[in-house]
Amino acid sequence: MKGFIHFRRREWISLIRFVALFGIAFLVFAALLLAFGRNPIKAYADFFSNTLGSFYGFSEILVRMIPLILTAVAVAVPSRIWLINVGGEGQLYIGAMFATWGALTFNTLSPWLLLPLISLLGFVGGGLWASISGILRAKGWVSETISTLLMNYVAILLIHFLVFGPWKDPESANYPQTAQFVDAATLPAIGGTRFHFGFVFAVAALILFSLVLSKTRWGLEIRAIGGNPEAARRNGIPVTRYVILLMFIGGGLAGLAGMSEVSAIQGRLRPSLSPGYGYIGFLASWMAAGNPLGIVASTFLLAVVTAGGDILQMAHRLPGSVVNILNALILFVVLSYQSYQGRKVGIK
Amino acid sequence: MTGSFWEGLLSGSILAGTPLLYATLAEVIDERAGIVNLGLEGVMLMGAAAGFSATVSTGNVGLGILTAGFAGALFNMVFGFLVVARRANQLASGLALMFCGVGLSALLGAPYIGSRIKGLDVIPIPLLSDIPYVGTAVFQHDLLVYFAVPVAILVWWILFRTRWGLSLRAVGENPTAAFAAGKNPYRLQYEALFIAGLLGGIAGAHLSLALAKTWAEWMTAGRGFVAVALVIFSKWHPLRAMAGALLFGGAIALQLQMQALGVPVSPFLLDMLPYLLSLAVLAVGGGTRRHVAPASLGRVFRGTE
Repeated sequence: MKGFIHFRRREWISLIRFVALFGIAFLVFAALLLAFGRNPIKAYADFFSNTLGSFYGFSEILVRMIPLILTAVAVAVPSRIWLINVGGEGQLYIGAMFATWGALTFNTLSPWLLLPLISLLGFVGGGLWASISGILRAKGWVSETISTLLMNYVAILLIHFLVFGPWKDPESANYPQTAQFVDAATLPAIGGTRFHFGFVFAVAALILFSLVLSKTRWGLEIRAIGGNPEAARRNGIPVTRYVILLMFIGGGLAGLAGMSEVSAIQGRLRPSLSPGYGYIGFLASWMAAGNPLGIVASTFLLAVVTAGGDILQMAHRLPGSVVNILNALILFVVLSYQSYQGRKVGIK
Repeated sequence: MTGSFWEGLLSGSILAGTPLLYATLAEVIDERAGIVNLGLEGVMLMGAAAGFSATVSTGNVGLGILTAGFAGALFNMVFGFLVVARRANQLASGLALMFCGVGLSALLGAPYIGSRIKGLDVIPIPLLSDIPYVGTAVFQHDLLVYFAVPVAILVWWILFRTRWGLSLRAVGENPTAAFAAGKNPYRLQYEALFIAGLLGGIAGAHLSLALAKTWAEWMTAGRGFVAVALVIFSKWHPLRAMAGALLFGGAIALQLQMQALGVPVSPFLLDMLPYLLSLAVLAVGGGTRRHVAPASLGRVFRGTE
């Protein structure tokens, strides 16, 4: 009994220390705002009252958690065999691109057919994009870290090409965007908020991720490759196939994030689809060390910051990317804390 | 435009290749010390923003470059604190640093959006710039362009011909052995990161002060990551980095030249060239690189535990 209480007290202390460390990140950011002539107290008051402080604000956090969870799992899946997928952003955009093609081409189908179809297209699009990096890696040609990073830029340029060129909506004058999706291609929102049925993908991705890894033969083989690739290869596990497959699944999940963003939030394809969800998802996955419940916690935290960043941009006339500083500061704190603990983490 | 297509292409390749060369040299130094720095993108952005704001407020380009180098070096020390002192994961720390740089440079540069400057003076070298065909293309640039090749040679000399460079490379290969030989791996890594940050900041400054002559958010557009790819292409060698940077500068210049000629291809498709070229040369040159990468690249040295 005594040991139990002792253990709990230690947990509390580590929790308090963790919260205090986040406090440091917020303090440093406040100092920066002050240095650049903004009022940090007012900024934080707006920041929290408009995110955690109201029903709508809270729903906006959940709205951002949907793509973040998907892009985080997109990183966590390949990381089980030490593959580093930094290409979530590009995979998200290509998924959105495939889904947009489906939504604009088959716009006469009923929603019961069209929504599953464009979801599938989104998954396949993101998956194929990531498989390119998977093949390059499996052949031993290019490290997937570099190739996924570079492919992000190619993907976003491809989207620019389409929405400025062949896919441009003739009715929206000078705006680089495609035509509006029909209702049948729109993931419905819930209860007067922007929170939409894309959350089903996110929840399913998390559950399948943890179940497949722990309960199936595939999970066993993946863990075997993760433990020792050479031994796995000699035991007849097709390592090359797994490299491409896991990159495909990861990319597919990021593609689903793109599909749900373009279908439920934007309603049409624009170059400004994502404020960096792919990268933030990578950081979330890393913070959580690839643990499913940890991903829920880390994406929640980063979603609060991302949602709050929009408030700072609108109410305090700060550049939209300033919130990246707060994201980075939180990461700095976690990074130095995790290694201080000497903990083994998901991504080597 | 007086020159022909080829002259424009050569001149543009050299100009666009210059920031890439500084950035690649920075990453070569990082990685020779055993540290992968994906935050180079952020370091360049800090250099670009700090250099531009300093130039606008003081009116002195030289001071702008100095500020950029110093800002890059200081910013890279944050990375150093994480990966050297706290032994944090290098890839995640690098990406976090990139994020921090994106935000911080946006904050720093926000008041200067829309400002334009005269930029770095183009100084034609007497006599040499009169050489027919290649003269103006090669010898009519700003000072940072002229310094790029000597700096590459200097980095090579420091890394391969000095005791400090030998120690640094030893740390990148096997920090435990270097430690046993009486070197201080942490200190050497900090020194390497400082110099790399300096070069990375100057790379950014060349973008904002000489190429664009203005500041825009995330103006590096992935050049930091291209530089990381170039390091692999140049097999971690400062002199080969010159060829790589020129090749990639060429991809950027080709796109500009084709646009100027009115070639009916979307500029967005042409913009993909440098990234696709990076992937292509890495894929072609793959296989042999395992033998040349610093052996302890990306590993965490935890001292004598």
